[in-house]
Amino acid sequence: MLSAEIKDKYELVVGLEVHAQLITKSKMYATDSTEYGSLPNTQVSVLTLGHPGTLPKVNRKAVEFAIKMGLACNSEITRKNIFARKNYFYPDLPKGYQITQDKGPICVGGEVPVTLADGVKKSIALTRIHMEEDAGKSMHLAGEVDTLVDFNRAGVPLIEIVSEPDMRSSEEAYAFLVEVKKLVRYLDICDGNMEEGSLRCDANISIRLKGAEELGKKVEVKNMNSFRNVSRAIEHEFERQIDLMEKGVEIISETRTFDATTGTTASMRTKEDLNDYRYFPEPDLSPVVVSEEWLESIKIAMPSLPRELHHKFVHEFGLPEYDAGVLTDSKEIALFFETLCTHTNNYKAASNLMMGPVKSYLNELTLHIEDFPISPEKLASLIALIDDGKVSFSVASQKVYPEMLQNKDKTPLEIAQQLNLIQESDEGSLKPIVDSVLAENEAKVAEYKSGKKGLMGMFMGQVMKKSQGKADPKVATKLLSEILDN
Amino acid sequence: MNLEKFLSFDDIQKSLENRETDCKAIVNYYLENIQTKAHLNAFVEVYTDSALEQASLVDEKISSGKAGKLAGMVIGIKDVLVYTDHESNASSKILKGFNSQFTASAVQRLIDEDAIVIGRLNCDEFGMGSSNENSAHGKVLNAADESRVPGGSSGGSAVAVQANLCTVSLGTDTGGSVRQPAAFTGLVGIKPTYSRVSRWGLIAYASSFDTIGVFSRNVQDNALVMEVMAGPDNFDSTVSRKAVPHYSELLHFNKRAKVAYLTETIESPALQEEIKANTISVLDKLKEEGHTVEEVHFPLLKYILPTYYILTTAEASSNLSRFDGVKYGYRTPNAHNLESMYKKTRSEGFGDEVKRRIMLGTFVLSASYYDAYFTKAQKVRRLIKEFTEDLLTKFDYIIMPTTPTTAFKFGEHSNDPVAMYLEDLFTVQASVSGVPSISIPNGKDKKGLPIGLQVMANSFKEAELYAFAKYLTELNVNE
Repeated sequence: MLSAEIKDKYELVVGLEVHAQLITKSKMYATDSTEYGSLPNTQVSVLTLGHPGTLPKVNRKAVEFAIKMGLACNSEITRKNIFARKNYFYPDLPKGYQITQDKGPICVGGEVPVTLADGVKKSIALTRIHMEEDAGKSMHLAGEVDTLVDFNRAGVPLIEIVSEPDMRSSEEAYAFLVEVKKLVRYLDICDGNMEEGSLRCDANISIRLKGAEELGKKVEVKNMNSFRNVSRAIEHEFERQIDLMEKGVEIISETRTFDATTGTTASMRTKEDLNDYRYFPEPDLSPVVVSEEWLESIKIAMPSLPRELHHKFVHEFGLPEYDAGVLTDSKEIALFFETLCTHTNNYKAASNLMMGPVKSYLNELTLHIEDFPISPEKLASLIALIDDGKVSFSVASQKVYPEMLQNKDKTPLEIAQQLNLIQESDEGSLKPIVDSVLAENEAKVAEYKSGKKGLMGMFMGQVMKKSQGKADPKVATKLLSEILDN
Repeated sequence: MNLEKFLSFDDIQKSLENRETDCKAIVNYYLENIQTKAHLNAFVEVYTDSALEQASLVDEKISSGKAGKLAGMVIGIKDVLVYTDHESNASSKILKGFNSQFTASAVQRLIDEDAIVIGRLNCDEFGMGSSNENSAHGKVLNAADESRVPGGSSGGSAVAVQANLCTVSLGTDTGGSVRQPAAFTGLVGIKPTYSRVSRWGLIAYASSFDTIGVFSRNVQDNALVMEVMAGPDNFDSTVSRKAVPHYSELLHFNKRAKVAYLTETIESPALQEEIKANTISVLDKLKEEGHTVEEVHFPLLKYILPTYYILTTAEASSNLSRFDGVKYGYRTPNAHNLESMYKKTRSEGFGDEVKRRIMLGTFVLSASYYDAYFTKAQKVRRLIKEFTEDLLTKFDYIIMPTTPTTAFKFGEHSNDPVAMYLEDLFTVQASVSGVPSISIPNGKDKKGLPIGLQVMANSFKEAELYAFAKYLTELNVNE
């Protein structure tokens, strides 16, 4: 283990390359279906298999998806898109080259803002986002000598999101990935599932002495199949590289693979035997030109983004940053909440309901908000009961709400009435209860009057008990204080 | 047997109209010729059954008055154009046994107009060559002198029409592969504007140069086939969306043309004396007829071949990567791991010329040489294209010889690839620039070997090019 003192001398520098598989119906350059989980080699046309004489054709939906991501990241959108061939031999690469973008990616620059656990905000700059196609899958089955290749995935559209070396900790890298995942899901362009490989991440990691200007030699780490593993790999590399540096061993530019069982990285290939991909402009595709009209129509169709909703929740609804963060974590929750708030003005109560009882119900049954049995309107009418002083928040969430989940036909008011939960907010009917409580506790009343104000809570408790919890706390307090404080 | 029947599509149509023959008889006539001339090795495969079957269908259509505009035309296709459920090899061992699951758009359009496909034609492997000596199916003989090459790479396509084994044939032209063999066999051969004809189904050699062209005995037939083949196609995003004029109905030429000829071509030391003389007599005749003929300098000529070979081999090295033994075609039986499978499959499957070009192309695209070769060649290509297009706005046509020499003997250039590459000296300008270019017969040399005259026009001016080519053939200058 490295001492904190040594570790503290160095600065970690991380850049990420994230591949997001786009959820278009057909492939990047062919009309084959992209359905996941089909039988091997059933989604393969002559084009996918790279038969001689075939020519690619750009899927405009995939271009739109890439542009959406660029707009969401404030990137500059390239108007004339040229594709390039990346040449290398591998059995799962049917044409012997991947059609990608080299010079002139569809999105240039941009940024992804992240918020760290301590509330610190940081913006991670993007270098580029480009479009490309996926390769097939090589399968080495147990007991088989031969490698089998499934080409179903070959040609599935991808975007590669490349960040600047802007991250300084594994936490920042983690936060960046969370944000990217959130964005692709909000935009509905990728399901963001890292375990299934629809989101993949490589990390470029280097270290330098704090205060140094120049970047260190970068090491590329691959094969991390979860956000947590990306974090672990970065932590491991940070220490490994410091250790080398401290020992005076030169760090070499290389590609390393992460082993999730040991949490360590191992060398795959060094720079000397790096592939020369021989990129050159793809002559089989004419440039894809993004016209003003096309770009406008994509802009108009852009869904609300997490940061826009976050801003709205904080500034329009007056919610705390924390609430806005939790509510915008998932697009579906955020949109449900937004709809809910068109039916009520008690945003804080709405937020508390969403973050508490609604989320725990969904978590318990592992349901999505789409499957939530209560409509935003109906949930709003529960909030209205609180607003009208008919039930307290705790009665609403602990007694009325569970019943609403069971009983879809009744309104919250009907449930509250049926369960006899409507608060006594009528001064006339509460007065006798208050009077009797005070009469039964004469000694305490005297103590209160002599200055022991803390006894108010005890009196309230008695009133609530006598009223079987139905007393409106506000009215009860008022009545008590009228008598005690005069 | 009469080898001199059906010398044009017009002959065929007249015989069909007069009920002197039917399509079945026409196909049988060609099948017989093919058999008689089998030693020329023009055909790789003859589709006897499917051609006769197609002929019966077309005969039925003719009698019910529903026949398409190519009814009665019998075509051969170069072995780089795929045809569904038929084998396609690109004359390479590496595609041995490969059956295509679809048909090239150009071929399909001819079939849709009731042309009958009689077979596939020999060529240089993947279209790489100028003599048709680089074929896994063996060499093709020039019917004008069987000790000589027919030109290449579309040698089989040229000889098939030359020896009257089909009415017209399709070839492909990347740097002269239609025009040069057309010149060597005394035929009309066109390379259309790049992107005029869909490349869907054309086994790629160099994607940004490849075009599909036509061999015929006369301009009329050539124009007709081209107008059917050309035009937008959903399968090829690079194809032009421009409407296709009816070339075959626009062949009447009645204007004063402005013609340029390039000093560096006519004065080239590589140019055979008789070819020079015949080219000059055409230019003289044009002047006599009142056309404007001017000499223009083309200092970039010496850069054309290097530019062409750098760019085409770069594209080829990538286009031919898919032939790896994994999915289809030839796979070595001698490999024990992935790397040896790749190396042996490709070493055993490709011929020498193809390997030479893959290596050259891989070299010019490699990181350390990319800018010095590939980037530089792209820049020079733009200069040549700009020069050519600019010249073709000032002049209607550029005239030059199609080839520096007439057909050479087998083996003459076999040990000297550069001498072979020089064969393309005059044809690559149109390929590098993308403009249409046609080769028409222009007399014979002392040995009786055909000479070709090349005419270029600006992009998408095929109608003007055909009309002028027809006019030139009718001037009969060197007959």
